Amino acid sequence: MLRYTLRRILYALPIMLGVSLVCFLLVHIAPGDPLVSVLPPDATEALRRQMAELYGFDRPLPEQFLRWLARALGGDLGTSIATARPVASEVFRAVGNTVTLAAFATAIGFTLGAIFGFVAGYFRDSPVDRAASALAVLGVSVPHYWLGMVLVILFSAQLGWLPATGAGPGGSTEWAWDWEHFRHLILPAVTMSVIPMGIVARTLRALVAEILSQEFVMGLRARGLSEFAVFRHVVKNAAPTALAVMGLQLGYLLGGSILIETVFSWPGTGFLLNAAIFQRDLPLLQGTILVLATFFVVLNLVVDVVQTALDPRIRRA
Amino acid sequence: MAEPVLEIRGLEVTYRRGAERIRAVAGLDLTIGPGEAVALIGESGSGKSVTLRQVLRLDPERTTEVAGSIRVCGEEVGKLDAAGLRRLRGGRVGMVFQEPLLALDPVYTVGQQIVEAIRAHEPVSRAEARARALELLRLVHVPSPERRLDAYPHELSGGLRQRAMIALALSCRPRLLLADEPTTALDATVQIQVLLLLRELQERLGLAILFVTHDIGAAVEIADRIAVIYAGRIVEEGPVRSVIRSPLHPYTRGLLASRTEGALVKGRRIAAIPGSPPDLARPPPGCAFAPRCSLALEACSRQVPKLETPVPGHAVRCLRAREWAASPA
Repeated sequence: MLRYTLRRILYALPIMLGVSLVCFLLVHIAPGDPLVSVLPPDATEALRRQMAELYGFDRPLPEQFLRWLARALGGDLGTSIATARPVASEVFRAVGNTVTLAAFATAIGFTLGAIFGFVAGYFRDSPVDRAASALAVLGVSVPHYWLGMVLVILFSAQLGWLPATGAGPGGSTEWAWDWEHFRHLILPAVTMSVIPMGIVARTLRALVAEILSQEFVMGLRARGLSEFAVFRHVVKNAAPTALAVMGLQLGYLLGGSILIETVFSWPGTGFLLNAAIFQRDLPLLQGTILVLATFFVVLNLVVDVVQTALDPRIRRA
Repeated sequence: MAEPVLEIRGLEVTYRRGAERIRAVAGLDLTIGPGEAVALIGESGSGKSVTLRQVLRLDPERTTEVAGSIRVCGEEVGKLDAAGLRRLRGGRVGMVFQEPLLALDPVYTVGQQIVEAIRAHEPVSRAEARARALELLRLVHVPSPERRLDAYPHELSGGLRQRAMIALALSCRPRLLLADEPTTALDATVQIQVLLLLRELQERLGLAILFVTHDIGAAVEIADRIAVIYAGRIVEEGPVRSVIRSPLHPYTRGLLASRTEGALVKGRRIAAIPGSPPDLARPPPGCAFAPRCSLALEACSRQVPKLETPVPGHAVRCLRAREWAASPA
């Protein structure tokens, strides 16, 4: 198991290298001069060249990449062109906010999704199953930015119960564990939880129904195990697949949703990416994408390792 | 005679599938005494596995109608509540399935599953249950049992898996072992070993065995008595020697004639029974075998023949049985 984990980590390294290369190149392939947005329209050619030199844009691409990579490894992602602040601190603050949002959204989504999925799978073709399945389909199909707006209209504009935008009172961009901040979190978290809820519920329903139809379940009953013990076996059989699906969903949520964060002005990575794209802030864009991509690689790694620990058939294969 | 371990009287099982009603078992009587091994022989869809599952009430009750009586050690199975049913399953009655790879939970080790079964029935510690699991693996002759205890089902060979399955079924010292074609999925050489093991366990533990199979050869190896089932009814029942040497029912004769063992002579056809079993959604009014029977009389398709005993201890459900009994084939 330890050897497998180490090997998986080793495999992740070339993937990371490739990811960083793609991050770097994609941004450079995109049209537009990043300096246009910071320089005054009447800037002299000399000033433009001076700025380009300062940011290193005048050097050949491979050299730019290697320098960027070397600094990134040391935790320095460069300086934002638009705000002149270090990219790393901008990204990490945004990541913190996105993680907070994603954590609450997954807590809601996975809990409800798991409950709906298990109930629907266990009582297949019953009214309970139909209700849970309908809710799951709705969750997957409803566009979440639309749902977000509807929730804002209902709970903020009409009822006035919850704030419509922002991460805290007075435009606060730092998360704090207090009621005011929590109130700001509810609407975006609920909106964000709907998709993983639907996907987890649908996957689990199919999974549980499939496991229940297997002969070993009759075997378990034939041994006189209680329904609760049978349920435990079903859970353990469902766990590897369920975790893989949940891991991927968590990855999507941690990546931040540009749409949801924009609708709710939530200062997370999605919001940051959106701003970086519009301002052609190359270092910020590269840094954000790199951090998000790293997230996915690490998350896949964790899911793989956990899944292997749970399912003996993968381990020895 | 001691109280029978299993007593089935007039068992009828009907499955509802949509508007269709499939009569899988149509009035079945069977008695198994303590330590007795009975083989229930029949082809696919004859109702033999259904009967076995009914002993533990394993079919979903929503879609299954059951009539008649099944008593295990004098206790009426149909009247048991959930707790009583749990005590019966695995406690008094153990069950072995056809394909152990499918019937064992793939993500639990063999040891975990045996320990779990023991602890579901008896208040023993984990360590005690594990020691007993080890003992059980020894009982069924699993080599290096300490290692096999921590193996997952997919890591064992087919024969070892079936032995582990048998150990699991015996984990709470049942009085009756239900075996649903336990050798069908195995290699021929392994089949014999498993049959010998079952025979040995029967003698050592005084275990009663209900052995369901379509393989007459396997039945002869294991059973004291043979019951032949066709379309949900027992058509012939008697001691092994008597049934094999002088079968009374035309269906049994057909089955014996269609055996390939030792009869595969080049150029000779395998004697098969013509036709196919009746549609259980629309069972014929008379003897279910009559449409395929070369000896059928007109009366055969009018009413179901009664079970008669033309030879002591050897019962048959055929209008013409007395003729054969008088003049053996």
